[in-house]
Amino acid sequence: MSKYNLNVNGKIQSVDVEADTPLLWALRDTLGLVGTKYGCGIGACGACTVHIDGQPARACQMPVSSVGKHKITTIEGLDANAAHPLQQAWQELDVPQCGYCQAGQIMTACALLKQTPRPTDAQIDDAMAGNLCRCATYVRIRAGIHRAAEIASSGKSDGVKNNSGKAKK
Amino acid sequence: MTQIIESRRRFLRQGAAGGVSLLLGLHAGGAIAAAASTDSPANSDFAPNAFIRIGQDGRVTLISKQPEIGQGIKTSLPMIIAEELDVAWQDVRVVQGDLNPIYGPQGAGGSTSTPTNYDNFHKLGATARAILVQAASQAWSVPASECSTDKGSVEHKASNRKLGYGALVKVAATLPVPDVKSVALKDPSTYRLLGTRIGGVDNAQVVSGKPLFGIDVKLPGMLYATYVKCPTLGGRPVKANLAAIKAMPGVKDAFLIEGTANLNGLRPGVAIVANSTWNALRARKKLQVEWDEGEGASHSWAGFTAQAQALSKQPGAAVMRKDGDVAAALAGAAHTVEATYSYPFISHASMEPQNCTAWFKPDGTLELWAPTQNPGSGQALAASTFNIPKENILLHITRSGGGFGRRLSSDFIVDAAAIAQKVKAPVKLTWTREDDMQHDHFRAGGFHFLRGGVDAQGKLSAWHNHFVTFANLVERKESDGTSGSVLQPGSGGSLSGDEFPGRWAANCLLEQTPIECRIPMGPWRAPGSNVFAWVFHSFIDELAHAAGRDPVEFRLEMLGDKDIVPGTGERGQPYNVGRMRNVLKAVAEKSGWGQRKFARGQGAGVAFHFSHRGYVAEVAEVTVSKEGKLTVDRVVVVTDIGAQIVNLSGAENQVEGSVIDGLSTLMGPALDIDKGRIVQSNFHEYPLLRMPDTPTKIETHFLKTDYPVTGLGEPVFPPLAPAVCNAIFAATGKRVRELPLGKADLSWS
Repeated sequence: MSKYNLNVNGKIQSVDVEADTPLLWALRDTLGLVGTKYGCGIGACGACTVHIDGQPARACQMPVSSVGKHKITTIEGLDANAAHPLQQAWQELDVPQCGYCQAGQIMTACALLKQTPRPTDAQIDDAMAGNLCRCATYVRIRAGIHRAAEIASSGKSDGVKNNSGKAKK
Repeated sequence: MTQIIESRRRFLRQGAAGGVSLLLGLHAGGAIAAAASTDSPANSDFAPNAFIRIGQDGRVTLISKQPEIGQGIKTSLPMIIAEELDVAWQDVRVVQGDLNPIYGPQGAGGSTSTPTNYDNFHKLGATARAILVQAASQAWSVPASECSTDKGSVEHKASNRKLGYGALVKVAATLPVPDVKSVALKDPSTYRLLGTRIGGVDNAQVVSGKPLFGIDVKLPGMLYATYVKCPTLGGRPVKANLAAIKAMPGVKDAFLIEGTANLNGLRPGVAIVANSTWNALRARKKLQVEWDEGEGASHSWAGFTAQAQALSKQPGAAVMRKDGDVAAALAGAAHTVEATYSYPFISHASMEPQNCTAWFKPDGTLELWAPTQNPGSGQALAASTFNIPKENILLHITRSGGGFGRRLSSDFIVDAAAIAQKVKAPVKLTWTREDDMQHDHFRAGGFHFLRGGVDAQGKLSAWHNHFVTFANLVERKESDGTSGSVLQPGSGGSLSGDEFPGRWAANCLLEQTPIECRIPMGPWRAPGSNVFAWVFHSFIDELAHAAGRDPVEFRLEMLGDKDIVPGTGERGQPYNVGRMRNVLKAVAEKSGWGQRKFARGQGAGVAFHFSHRGYVAEVAEVTVSKEGKLTVDRVVVVTDIGAQIVNLSGAENQVEGSVIDGLSTLMGPALDIDKGRIVQSNFHEYPLLRMPDTPTKIETHFLKTDYPVTGLGEPVFPPLAPAVCNAIFAATGKRVRELPLGKADLSWS
C-alpha cells in the first residue's frame, strides 16, 4: 500500500492503495465517487470515462500511481450545480433508459464539445464510438449533444433540473 | 447509499406506524383498501402497503413497487396514480419500494409491469382523490358531488372555495375508504399527465453520478468479493492455492464454495474477499485452481451443429403441432423451399455487471441489496439455498443497469449471500465483465430445419419445421411421489404449436428435438420471440418470393379475414388477427411500401410479430454497398399496445432502444463454445452496436385502440431482425440464414 494524493474535482484527496489500483476503483471504493462506472475493465465500453486535464480517459486503464498531479474530473465534478449544458440537455430530452453508461457518455461528450462546440452528426458519431449503451439510447444521446451545444451557445436553457418537468421531443 | 436506504426504512416504518399521513394501498389480495394513520395495532394483520403518502405540506410520495431496469416503470406507474389523484407532477416524489408481499408481485419481466398494475394504479389514485374530496365537502358542508379537484387542490366553484390536499390530510386520514366500485375514474379524454412526455424520475441523479445502482451500495464495514467459477460450464473447484491468496495485500479470506447442482442457482466456485474490489481482483490474478470440469467438457458449438444436422434427419422427439398432411401438401405444391436457419448462444451483457450486497446478521436474518428484476424469486432462492424462512430475508431493490431478462435469474444473489455467510460481514460481490459474459444464463442457440410450400394460387399450403433446441436435465417430482429427470429446453427454447404461422397453414408440422447442453440458460428480452420472429418471417419471405408475391400482400392474405383466431391447447392464446392486419397495413402505408423504386443494393423488408400482448409490424429500408457494407437507412414501427400510452417519452425510448438492440443483436454478438467453455470474454470479442451504426431514421407510430394497455419493453424487438434481413434480400438477393449477420458476406456485383 502507498499513499497517493489525487487532484479530484479540484480537491486534493489522499488514497492509500496498491500502486496498480486502477483510478476507477480508487474513485469508487476509496473516495466513494461511484458516478464513474465499471463496465468492462479493458477500456472497451467507456462507462468509466473521466477527464484527465480535460481530456477523456478510461479510469479502468489508469493505475493510480500513473496519475501524478494531473487534474481528474469525474461526473460528480463536472458542474457544481449539476447544471452543465449536457446534464441539462440529458434531462430535457429524457436521454437515459437504465442510465448506467450515461456518466461516461456525458464525460466523453463534454470533451467533444470543448473541442468542437457545434459538432456535426459525423463528428458526434466519431467521438462517441467508444461509449457503449446497451439500452441503445444513441438517438437521444446524439440529440442531447446537439441540444447541449445549443444551450451552451445561448447561455440559457429552459431545461429540467429535476424529475418535475416534461421531457421534450 | 446508506443514507438513502436509511431514509427508505424510515419511510416504510412511518408508513406502517402512522404519523400525519394518508396512506393508501393494495391488500395482498389485490383489493383496494386504506390504512389511516390511526390504525390500531389490532388491524396490523390487514395493514395495507403504502403506495401513496400525502404530507401536510401537500407533497406527494409514491412508492414504485416494480424494479427499474431502464424500462421506465419507476416513472410510468406513479404517473398513473398522479393522474387519478389529480396532483401536479412536480409535487410528486417517487420512492423505490423494497420487496414486500403486500405490494403484490414485484417481478419486472415479460413486459407485464404495466398491464398487471395499470387498472389497480388508477383505482389507487382515484380512491385517494375521492377521500380528499370527501374531507373538503365535510369541511365546507357541501355535497361531495359539487366539489372538483385541480392539481393538488379540492375546489367548490359555487362558493369559490379551495383547499390544498395538504390541508385536508388530517381529516382525510380519519375517513372511511369508499368501496372502489363507487369511485369514478377519470375520463381518458381529460388526462393531463398520461400520454405526455415525462422525464425519468431518477434522471437528475443519473446525470450527476449519484449512487443509485446495486454496484454503488456501500455499507459500514463492508467487504468486497470476487467469485471464480469453473470456466467449463457445470464444473467445480477441487482445490486452490488459498493460503497464497490469503497472503495477498488486502485479502481477508479465500475459500471454496460447494454450491448446488442447480445450474441456475448457487454454483460451485472460489471466493476471494478483500478490503476493496481491486484487491480482490488482483489476488484473483494469482489464483490457481484445480477444476473438476464435469461432463460438459467435451461440448463445442461445432459439435452441437453437427449433432443438430444429424438429428434433423430423424423424426422430432416431440410434435408440437400437426395439421393436415404436410408431406402430401409439399408434394403437390407449385413452389417449395427448404432452408436451415440457425443462431448462436448469446449473453445479455447488461452494462452493470451482476452484483449484490449481502449481510448475514448474527440473529440469522439476511439483508440483501440487489439490482434484480425478480426480487421475489431472489428471496425464494436464498431461502431454499440457505434454509432460512423467507420472512427473515429483507431484500432492497436497487436500480438496475440494464436487465434484458438477465436479472430474472438470481444466481448472483445467492453467490453474494454464500460469501457473506462465511465471512460474517456485509459483502459486496461484483462480477467481472468476463464472469458476466461467460457465466450468464444465456439465450439458447437453435436450429430450424424448414420446408414450406405455396400452391398454384400463390397461397401458403405447407409448413414444416423441425426445431433442434437446447435443454438441460432437471429433476421433476411425479404425482406418484417418485422423481425423475427430464430434458427441459432453456427459456425461449421451446416452440409453441401456436407460434405463427401455426394455426394459419392448413398443412403444418412442428417438431422439436432437444440437445442436452449443461449450459445455464435464461430469459433474454422477448424470449423465443427474439429469434422465432427472425426465422419465421425470413422463411415466409422466401416463400413469398418463390411464388412471386409481394411480401406485404402475401402476409395479409396469410393472416386471412377472421378477427380472432383462438388458441389451441390448454395454454393457447387467442390471436387478434384484426389488430395484426391493422398494424401491418399501417406500416405499409406509413413507410410508403411499394411506392418507391429502389436502386440495386437498396431495398425494403417487412415483418410483424405478436408477443407480450403487443401487436407490432416493422418495415426496414437498407443500403448494401457492393463491398457488402450494410446501412439501415430507415425503420418504421407501428405498434398496437392498447388504449393508452402512459409516458410518451418513455414509450418512444423503448421503441428506439428495441429497434437498435434488435439490429445490434442481429449484427454482432455470438458466443462460441469450445471444450465446454464460452470462448468470448469481453466486449472486444462481443461486438454490440455503437453510435456510428445507429440508424438515423426511426419512425414510431402507436395505434390507439380500445384494447387493454400493455407494456413495451419487448414486443418491438422481434420484428426488427426479419425486416432488415428481408430488406437485404430485396437489395441484394442474398438470404441471411445464419446469425450473426456480421459474419455474412453481403457483397454483390
